[in-house]
Amino acid sequence: MKTKYMNPYLAGVLLGLVLLMAFFFSGRGLGASGAMKSVMVTAVDVVAPEHTANSDFYGKYVGEGKSPMKAWLVFEVLGVLVGGFLSGALSGRLNWKIEHFPGISSNRRLVFAALGGILFGFGAQLGRGCTSGSALTGMAVLSVGGFVTMAAIFGTAFALAYFFRKNWI
Amino acid sequence: MGPLVPQEIIGANWNLFIAFAIGVGFGFVLEQAGFSSSRKLAGMFYGYDTVVLKVFFTGAITAMLGLLFFSLFGWIDLNLVYVNPTFLGSAIVGGIIMGAGFIMGGFCPGTSVCAAAIGKVDAMVFIGGIFLGVFFFAEGYPLLKDFYMSGSYGPLKLHEVLGISSGVLVLLVIIAALGMFKLGEMAEKKWPREEY
Repeated sequence: MKTKYMNPYLAGVLLGLVLLMAFFFSGRGLGASGAMKSVMVTAVDVVAPEHTANSDFYGKYVGEGKSPMKAWLVFEVLGVLVGGFLSGALSGRLNWKIEHFPGISSNRRLVFAALGGILFGFGAQLGRGCTSGSALTGMAVLSVGGFVTMAAIFGTAFALAYFFRKNWI
Repeated sequence: MGPLVPQEIIGANWNLFIAFAIGVGFGFVLEQAGFSSSRKLAGMFYGYDTVVLKVFFTGAITAMLGLLFFSLFGWIDLNLVYVNPTFLGSAIVGGIIMGAGFIMGGFCPGTSVCAAAIGKVDAMVFIGGIFLGVFFFAEGYPLLKDFYMSGSYGPLKLHEVLGISSGVLVLLVIIAALGMFKLGEMAEKKWPREEY
């Protein structure tokens, strides 16, 4: 079947090379959720600076001489936005859209997207990184935690797939 | 030689620019692969589209092999490459929570950014959810801290645990991945999808 997307194995090799370049240049791998943490920490710090100064969690990122937005992952994720946009523009995929299985409503899709995001945001903090930072990058450096996180993410998604099938098929 | 920034072959002030450039490549490849579509991503768990499996494992293998070769050629000092520390309890439970988020939301954080970049409103809502999830974790941190720090093994590597060389481990991962690719191709034939 002709598909409008890149061959997945070719895309995988390119993804691996991008990851390898991150290791080669910066000595670290890819990530995503860490940038969202930086944004959230910064926002809370603006609204309630006393709260962040006294917190074990926020205190790791804010305070004298620390600027959470000047982080590697923040700039990398800004790049992801630009790269994704360029790719979408080149392939004619730029448009406002709530994408969902035709069997469900847009509202249902958005509610589940929000719930999924909350769980993923929480889980990525607990697991010290998401699919890219912990699972993909962790596996590439052969970290036990990387393999464990990968297995837990995909294993759970498979295990729960039956219960959420009406959303997708 | 490498990694270039930690060895100060490239100045540290270039690091954020490098991060941005690498991010552009990351986002571009993800979008080209179709990771900007939640229906494509979720297809993995119903067998109608296994692009996640193929891209994720091909990417991991390529990077593993690249690091092995670079290290062999003396191009990179692996001691200076960050290795994610292992905290067993939080890695497992965090992964389980993320897996639930994946099947409900249809994205992971990186793919949601990529999808939001081409105008997917569901991805923007997912990102809003991530901020909220991080906020809940941050506010609950005093209660979660003990568990978060439990089962600490430091930067533990899988081949050390298994008592094999890193090369043999990578070979085993490659063989396992080839088997999974075969399964994925079979699943896609069994549960064909419409184009979307």
